[in-house]
Amino acid sequence: MSTVAEATRARARPVSRGRWLRRSPVGRFVTKVPFWLLIAVIFVYALFPFYWAIRSAFTPDGEQFKTPIDYFPKHPTWANFREALSASTFQHALINSTIVAGAVTLISLAIGSLAAYALGRFRFRGKSAVLYLMLSMTIFPQIAILGALYTMINDFHLYDTLGALILSYMIFTLPFTVWVLTSFMRGLPGDLEEAAYVDGATPLQVFYKVLLPLIAPGLVTTGLLAFIAAWNEYLYALSFIQTPNHYTVPLSITTFVGKSGSTFQQPWGQIMAATVIVTLPLITATLILQRRILAGLTAGAVKG
Amino acid sequence: MKHRALLVVAGLVGAATLAVSLTVAAAGTSRPSGHATPVKSAAIAPPKVPNAAAIKAKYHGQSIQFIGDAAVGASHKRDLKLVARFQKDTGIKVNLVPHPSGSDAAYSQLARAFGSKSSKPDVAMIDVVWPGAFAPYLVNLKPALGKASKQFVQSIIQNDTIGGKLVAIPWFGDFGILYYRTDLLKKYGYSKPPTTWNTLFAMAKKIQDGEQKSNKNFYGLVYQGNSYEGLTCDALEWVASAGGGNFIDNGKVTINNTKAATILDAMRNQVGKLTPRGVTSYDEEGARNVFAAGNAMFMRNWPYAYSANQTTPVKGKFSVTVLPHGAAGHSVGTVGGWQLAVSKFSKHKPAAIEFVRYMTSPAVQKFNAIFNSNVPTIPAVAKIKAVVKTNPYLTPAIANVARVTRPGKYLKTHYNEGSKAIYQGVSQILNGTPAKNVLPSIASKLNSLIK
Amino acid sequence: MLLLPALAVVGFVAIYPLGKTIYYSFTNQEFLAGIEPTKWVGLRNYRELWHDSIFRTAIWTTIKFTLITVGFEFVLGMIIALVVNSNFRGRGAMRAVMLVPWAIPTVVAAQMWKWMFDDVYGVINDAGVRLHLLSHSRAWISEPGTALASVCAVDIWKTTPFVALLLLAGLQVIPRDLYEAASVDGASKLQQFWRITLPLLRPAILVTLIFRTLDALRVFDVFYVFFGNRPDTQTMAIYDQATIVGDGHVGYGSAVSVAIFLIIGLFVVIYVTFMRVTEE
Repeated sequence: MSTVAEATRARARPVSRGRWLRRSPVGRFVTKVPFWLLIAVIFVYALFPFYWAIRSAFTPDGEQFKTPIDYFPKHPTWANFREALSASTFQHALINSTIVAGAVTLISLAIGSLAAYALGRFRFRGKSAVLYLMLSMTIFPQIAILGALYTMINDFHLYDTLGALILSYMIFTLPFTVWVLTSFMRGLPGDLEEAAYVDGATPLQVFYKVLLPLIAPGLVTTGLLAFIAAWNEYLYALSFIQTPNHYTVPLSITTFVGKSGSTFQQPWGQIMAATVIVTLPLITATLILQRRILAGLTAGAVKG
Repeated sequence: MKHRALLVVAGLVGAATLAVSLTVAAAGTSRPSGHATPVKSAAIAPPKVPNAAAIKAKYHGQSIQFIGDAAVGASHKRDLKLVARFQKDTGIKVNLVPHPSGSDAAYSQLARAFGSKSSKPDVAMIDVVWPGAFAPYLVNLKPALGKASKQFVQSIIQNDTIGGKLVAIPWFGDFGILYYRTDLLKKYGYSKPPTTWNTLFAMAKKIQDGEQKSNKNFYGLVYQGNSYEGLTCDALEWVASAGGGNFIDNGKVTINNTKAATILDAMRNQVGKLTPRGVTSYDEEGARNVFAAGNAMFMRNWPYAYSANQTTPVKGKFSVTVLPHGAAGHSVGTVGGWQLAVSKFSKHKPAAIEFVRYMTSPAVQKFNAIFNSNVPTIPAVAKIKAVVKTNPYLTPAIANVARVTRPGKYLKTHYNEGSKAIYQGVSQILNGTPAKNVLPSIASKLNSLIK
Repeated sequence: MLLLPALAVVGFVAIYPLGKTIYYSFTNQEFLAGIEPTKWVGLRNYRELWHDSIFRTAIWTTIKFTLITVGFEFVLGMIIALVVNSNFRGRGAMRAVMLVPWAIPTVVAAQMWKWMFDDVYGVINDAGVRLHLLSHSRAWISEPGTALASVCAVDIWKTTPFVALLLLAGLQVIPRDLYEAASVDGASKLQQFWRITLPLLRPAILVTLIFRTLDALRVFDVFYVFFGNRPDTQTMAIYDQATIVGDGHVGYGSAVSVAIFLIIGLFVVIYVTFMRVTEE
């Protein structure tokens, strides 16, 4: 592409100071220092609170509540983890959250993939209206229907049950699932199903046998995002759950009282241990699937 | 194929978390726990259920739900022990559900249960200011427990009688007291604790100035300054002890007066000086942690802190007395305390009533007082030697202090809201707004609630 | 037909309750049954709401929070996105690290920071005093002057990486040869940023800002963990939840809900018009 004229023009220009800096090894080092410094700052900024949670989780109460504070536990201990995990509320919370987030994810994927199939592979009237509805639902303020949901859940005798949460969490997981999966469905080549139709398959068979396997990565991503959203939800859990044994993880973390504290105590060591425990699986899953999540998030947000 | 990978990962992570939690939990149960529990209390056991055989014959096998104290510490252990004993003696299964530790959250929880006409709980512990709000949902206990109720402090029985119906039975009492450091009192040449707020401030100033030379975290006074029910209790003591009334008196809102404003402003002026700046986020335990660590001269708190402090560095270095008063008032203590009530929607009312009868009996009150320093609501129990020994604030000089009551009687079903208006307003004052700019709006909110 | 389950669920858990909320907002519906008969009260709830100074404070708190956090998150997120977009060793690790704050529950993040902000034993005070940035320990969360800043810090920490990732996705779509051509033409890095990056990134920026703004306007978790019922630091969502669940005023709370819905709707309209205008 480059013409001779361009090449000469580039060569004719005096070498700027910046260029010199970039070319010589010393100069490269000098320019790189601020850059790496910036990276280091970002790393520390992102990770320090985690470090602090971990150090506090391993610090025994005696060291925890004294000043000046130690930046590394002098006598690391598992006691806080033991205490946190032996609190029955917290044990229940882990199980409850798994049930709720798991159920919400599976139902959303099942219903959402059907809808995405319709929206992504067929033409029909009102399609864009449905898509807009789903998109607007993803930014729907959950607080806006709290009162009505509250009375509905009461009328169905779901109050203080995990069912109340499974039902209400659909508000944010389902539209999101539909939206992201539709974009995956659309991404598949157009003539995929034709061969199957020629062989006499019904649309449902095509869906199960041809399309579903192909969007499996999409299902994984969407499912994980839905799971995380449901796992992290707080407002509805706070409003619809009453018995400590029905608490989800966020509820139990905020009302953490540990095992041996007295009524009003904030056992920070145990709270931090609990924090570390619930954060680890999420971080692990996120790190393993980070590329997928990035793809899913950008499909959900940027293409929208 | 790839989403199988996710399921495997999720499954593994989940399984690992559970496995770890269960093993660690199993290991954890064998550890000694509970630093707040007095060692001596281990020796005392819950009393047997009187007339157990007859109760067993009638209600054996029934199951009731009891909303008891918050899920931690000695209070919860007390509930567990009593419930276990009752179950063993009567064959009635009691499902103990702890309430949230904040009193306002516990109120909302019950309001929601009653509002949804739920058959659970059967028995609930309710705060001394709630009978007015919950009376329509509670069983009249007069026929069953009217006779037994004669042995209780009669003012509390009156408080629990709404429209002629006895809707709750006093379980244990509470009132605000002043904790002070006896060693520092002596060190700075004082012979007795302060009786007025002004002397308290003066003493606190001198002692704080002296102590801060070696301990930068030392402060003169701590109390419950967070924006929650506890602040309503503390503020009532300040205002009433300064002659500024009880927020609502004889059906009229009185909170907006100059005496109230003066004492509230005095408290505001000490925030960040004699009181740590963080006091506006302290609850009972937040204040106690500071005092127990040896970082405060004075503390306002409930009697529970007396036994809780016995295992801390200040053990043997502190004592209790009545709260100070203002120039124009006398010392008071806010009435706290908890009642037991039976829900109208319960399916096992007779069994539930038997449970309440046991739990409020003199023998159990004695157990509660010694095991958990709970103030008895039966005067005869409060005079038992063993009880007074573990609960020194039951000596007449302290226990006979004038009691002030939060305005539950006037606010009825709006109590929680009214109290919120009060504590949020006082919180604003402590955070820097002059009282005269806040009191009128608290007053107008209260007025709109009692009309 | 395939859509039916999805539409039914959305209709049942979102559209129907929304209708019901609007209906309730014209009644005196209470949660504690049997105190007063529920009846139609017309615009009474809305008239009261208009004069409700607590709600007005809550609106301001929420808007201040939104402006501060979205502003910081956008600027910081842009810097991080630009850094990560350049090629360097460890870029993959960096991106992974950035996802971590996003993945953890907001209340967990809030608890972590609440402990770091502790007035006596918090690391922020300790480090600040040791480094001579602070003259004495401060009660960050309690003091009205720093309370809002402290919650903002949590949100900025948790969400900036996410904003950076969204912007990064947009950056990666910009063809490399545009920059090459520009630097051949002698444009400085800064000029390249203003002339190429920003204009081409505009769609990604707008979408990111919309998502973040709407999210920030409905903030609940961090404020609840940090302040509970404190009056000077309530957001719209906190006030509404306390009215409905705490006080049991379903009718009045529903009017608050509708108001929140309208306020958020207003922001959507502003953004959408802005997008249309700039696209033309």
